[in-house]
Amino acid sequence: MPRSRIRLAAALAAMALVLAGCGGDEPSGGSAASPGELRVFAAASLTAAFGKLGERFTAANGGTKVTFNFAGSQALATQIRQGAPADVFASADTTNMDKVKDLVGTPQSFASNLLQIVVEKGNPKGVKGLDDLARSDLKVVLAAEEVPAGKYAKQVLDQAGVRVQPVSQEDNVKAVVTKVALGEADAGIVYVTDVTAGGDKLEGVDIPTEQNVVATYPMATVKASRNQDQAQAFVDLVRSAEGQGVLESFGFLPPPTS
Amino acid sequence: MFAVPAAVAVGFLAVPLVGLLGRTPWGSLGAELATPRVMEALRLSLVCSLGAVAVSVLLGVPLAFLLARVEFPGRNLVRALTTLPMVLPPVVGGVALLLAFGRRGVVGQWLDRALGITLPFTTAGAILAEAFVAMPFLVITTEAGLRAMDRRFEDAAATLGAGRWTTLRRVTLPLIAPSLGAGIALCWARALGEFGATITFAGNLPGVTQTMPLAVYLALETDLEAAIALSLVLLAISLAVLIALRDRWFPTA
Repeated sequence: MPRSRIRLAAALAAMALVLAGCGGDEPSGGSAASPGELRVFAAASLTAAFGKLGERFTAANGGTKVTFNFAGSQALATQIRQGAPADVFASADTTNMDKVKDLVGTPQSFASNLLQIVVEKGNPKGVKGLDDLARSDLKVVLAAEEVPAGKYAKQVLDQAGVRVQPVSQEDNVKAVVTKVALGEADAGIVYVTDVTAGGDKLEGVDIPTEQNVVATYPMATVKASRNQDQAQAFVDLVRSAEGQGVLESFGFLPPPTS
Repeated sequence: MFAVPAAVAVGFLAVPLVGLLGRTPWGSLGAELATPRVMEALRLSLVCSLGAVAVSVLLGVPLAFLLARVEFPGRNLVRALTTLPMVLPPVVGGVALLLAFGRRGVVGQWLDRALGITLPFTTAGAILAEAFVAMPFLVITTEAGLRAMDRRFEDAAATLGAGRWTTLRRVTLPLIAPSLGAGIALCWARALGEFGATITFAGNLPGVTQTMPLAVYLALETDLEAAIALSLVLLAISLAVLIALRDRWFPTA
């Protein structure tokens, strides 16, 4: 193929990629979506539950579309601090909510979660509890300590006096689930809800209540949002009986009552 | 006429760098860079990128010779395959590597069962991921150099009684040295900056697989100043490579 043809093909391909990336973006004017749209930044562990709640919200609010940004809560807090357009922020721990407390309204707890050890279906390596995670023949993956799930895992392990050498520290809890589901890692520490969401590839090994840690999930509207009413409506939906029912169906526990 | 778009282009490329330099915590830069985590990431980055270059040279230079010198059926296909990692999104490369060399991968499961070797979560895995994305740069550049060189020198050497190996060593390699050097520099720079394939295939563990780009990514979420300091180091290295290559950025064929 003559060189000029190759160059032309390459240039066209590059242009096509750029145009493909441009298409389909909603105009991002300022810190909020247009009135018919809501942007929710939520912890990765909320993916399935909030996806469902998003659908319910759209149905109940005249078609207002909800777009989610699911990531580690520490990443979301940084994004919000750097000015990313969010209307609602749902974090997996109060630490990351505190990081942006000057940028959000009053946080309210909406759910709790417990930790569980996740292994492949059938538990091929015979993991029975936290102590087993210290075994040298096991590849254990944890979330990085900056991630709420990683922080909670460290608490649980420290309290139990178990020293684990993880083979990788993932950026969010779903990445831990993925590594175990792919068979690359033998075990990981994730939320109970992640094991449920993982389907039939995964199995959970319980952590006894006295060794476990309760994760409290706070939620708040973002002050810079131009969609305050819709944002508050979403928070209200999540905290309503309906929202709590959906969260429960995915394995979440109710928020602490205090 | 083209001054305005050109000026915009320069601005577009320069503003992010200016932004980075402007937000650098110059005062605490030394302290940020001296932390064990940063030193570890730097050391690991150097080890992995140089390892990737070594793999690329050992495998890529023979490939370049093959593509430049030997006419064989499917040569264009092989050349396309060699170029593929250059256009493939790195994280896709990481996924592909997992499916090939992961514990359940096509080749990986054999490696695990027969030899007990697993590549994910190891420094070797990081080197593999970096070599996968960086080798094409070396192959393409070296092949271009081979095509451009005057083969009559090799013929002359042969008529003077030089064997194949001597000709390679004392005639061919010195003649393609500029292209080979440029290829190695590009390969190294690409390997140093690799992120997507590394974090997907090799994972992220300080001291084992957390290279500089991964360290920047994670630091970004918690400690912006450390992320900027790390970014500055990578920027300085990239600039050094560019300056060293300024005359032979794209070798002419």
